[in-house]
Amino acid sequence: MKYVDEFRNPERAKALLREIETLAARIHQCRRRPIALMEVCGGHTHTIFKFGIEAMLPESVELVHGPGCPVCVLPMGRVDDCIALAESPGVIFTTFGDAVRVPGSKKSLLGAKAGGADVRMVYSPLDALKIARANPGKEVIFFGLGFETTMPSTALTVLQAEREGIRNFSLFCNHITIIPTIKAILDSPELELDGFLGPGHVSMVIGMGPYQFIAKHYRRPLVIAGFEPLDILQSVWMLLKQIAEGRCEIENQYSRVVPPNANSAALAAISQVFELREFFEWRGLGSIDRSGVRLREAYADYDAERKFSVPALRIADPKSCQCGEVLKGVIKPWQCKVFGSACTPETPLGALMVSSEGACAAYHRFGGLGRKSHKANAA
Amino acid sequence: MTVMPRRPESAASRSKGSLHVPAVTLAHGGGGSAMRDLIDDVFVSAFDNPVLAALEDQARLPLAELASLGDKLAFTTDSYVIDPLVFPGGDIGKLAVCGTVNDLAVGGAVPLYLTCSAIIEEGLDVDLLRAIAKSMASAAAGAGVAIVTGDTKVVHRGACDKLFINTAGVGVIRKGLDLGADRCRPGDAILVNGLLGDHGAAILNARGDMALTAGIESDCAALHGLIAELLKAAPSTRFIRDATRGGLATVLNEAAKASSTGIRIIEDAIPMREEVKAFCEILGLDPLYLANEGKIVCVVPQDEKDAAAGAMRGHPLGKMTAIIGEVTGEWPGRVVMNTVLGGSRIVDMLVGDQLPRIC
Repeated sequence: MKYVDEFRNPERAKALLREIETLAARIHQCRRRPIALMEVCGGHTHTIFKFGIEAMLPESVELVHGPGCPVCVLPMGRVDDCIALAESPGVIFTTFGDAVRVPGSKKSLLGAKAGGADVRMVYSPLDALKIARANPGKEVIFFGLGFETTMPSTALTVLQAEREGIRNFSLFCNHITIIPTIKAILDSPELELDGFLGPGHVSMVIGMGPYQFIAKHYRRPLVIAGFEPLDILQSVWMLLKQIAEGRCEIENQYSRVVPPNANSAALAAISQVFELREFFEWRGLGSIDRSGVRLREAYADYDAERKFSVPALRIADPKSCQCGEVLKGVIKPWQCKVFGSACTPETPLGALMVSSEGACAAYHRFGGLGRKSHKANAA
Repeated sequence: MTVMPRRPESAASRSKGSLHVPAVTLAHGGGGSAMRDLIDDVFVSAFDNPVLAALEDQARLPLAELASLGDKLAFTTDSYVIDPLVFPGGDIGKLAVCGTVNDLAVGGAVPLYLTCSAIIEEGLDVDLLRAIAKSMASAAAGAGVAIVTGDTKVVHRGACDKLFINTAGVGVIRKGLDLGADRCRPGDAILVNGLLGDHGAAILNARGDMALTAGIESDCAALHGLIAELLKAAPSTRFIRDATRGGLATVLNEAAKASSTGIRIIEDAIPMREEVKAFCEILGLDPLYLANEGKIVCVVPQDEKDAAAGAMRGHPLGKMTAIIGEVTGEWPGRVVMNTVLGGSRIVDMLVGDQLPRIC
């Protein structure tokens, strides 16, 4: 596959790994604990597991799988709201595929569908708008989900609906924003992170500017990383190089996609349609100030939360579930009390076990081969 | 080969009903003359064999001819509910014949007879139904099997999706042949007969959600001939399974669990079209789990692997045969893949369907 295989070349991977080993050994000489690097984005987690990258790294480098899977951090109460909307009479509920299995307090969207709700998987919010056009007698709700990566397409769809005067389309908005979340992780007292692999596609929208505080105030390096295996390895190498040289900077490994400046057209669409909520609830992390968005008053007609009544109940995460500690990198997935016993991909308790980008599901599915700490799990 | 029992000629001389309406209605399921017209015109005329033409409630198969072929009867059933009914590389009819023929053949059986049970949603286009029945007939003729009994039901709109077909099949396994997932042993080689993932990608693409023009066709084919060649060249073959729903990954997991061995495959050695890989990259799917309808996974002892691969490559449906890995003593019950990058990862069973990723 052109423009993909080049970024999966095993010879280049070997060369990078040698450099990584040399740097890691140098850094590790003057410290006891391993070098902990968090990949913020679920797409990175997916690549790391799919190609078996974690086990190729030296043992002194640990990857912590961060909160960047939008499906995983969705609290149970919001899933219940989805199901209530989907089960309302006359509603077609449209959603991205990997959200349908996320457990609510009683069932998932897949369960609601089996019970008769009209739940349809779409690949884009524009597909949802198409369904609204084709079904004027029905109310079509789109389950808006994701960080700044998917926000512009949702915003443009709302604007398109307004232009066409489509009245039977609305958005159940669960879009979240990455910066306050990284800040919340950095403020966590248990924090033991040495650097971040920054989200590639989010950065394509917001640019490099918003990350500067991480280097300035928190003295942690961040490298914006692409999604192919060599992107990840090169970004790890760039982070280690910064650590070894005592630098804390925001660097861009993914420059073939991410420009230094923000995408102003995308940001304009976002700010025309959305405004920040005072706070938003995250599964595992709790409430984070100004971390979610909702539709502005001017687009209230397209807001499913105002158009329909949703229960909007806060459901506490199951007590036994340690998703939050996994998300913050305090424990590894297999160290969770219920990993693989009460919580499995078949019957997930925490959302990290649901999506293929969730760290726990990835460990369960792809395993961790070749590292001492993972062997108990894989066996 | 085909064993065709002889039936009295009288039934065949009965005057055949014919259908003159554009769409199937509930009247065609009512048990009266409309139903007979549908059965005669669409199915009996297409399948065209004396056992079926007798239109008894059961096919009558002579035991002596079956017994001459081996000492075990293989008996299988499968239901086909595919959307869309017609897709690049095939249709539900061809699929319903090839799928059941393959289910017999992977057990080492010579496939002989099939049934055909059709559940039809009212309103289905009669010409489409005729085309599908013809496609079944031609696939059956190609595979050397006869469709000897069947049934039709017509249901209310919405009670099924256009057309569901069930086919059951019988075949005979020769004496001494015993294939099974539990027979895999460390050191055995794992082979596939060609490019994986075509069927799954073609069907997803044909549904049109993605508006991609990938030009990928289903690999739907009857594999009994290929399997016969394989068994001749590698008589100690341990296990054969068609990699249908759940794909290669699922078959390998079943073999690893049934035999309490580990399986190691090499990502680079797995034959796959660039288009299929690209299609999966875009949708965030894993091609190892995509369905195939013309691919088998075979496990053969190390000393027969070259003979097996050679024989399969000599058959038109096995030209791209590849040795993709081996059975090991490590990680019992698990499948491990050496990735293109040089790492390794576990290839697990899927919980449900693959779901496209959000971003």
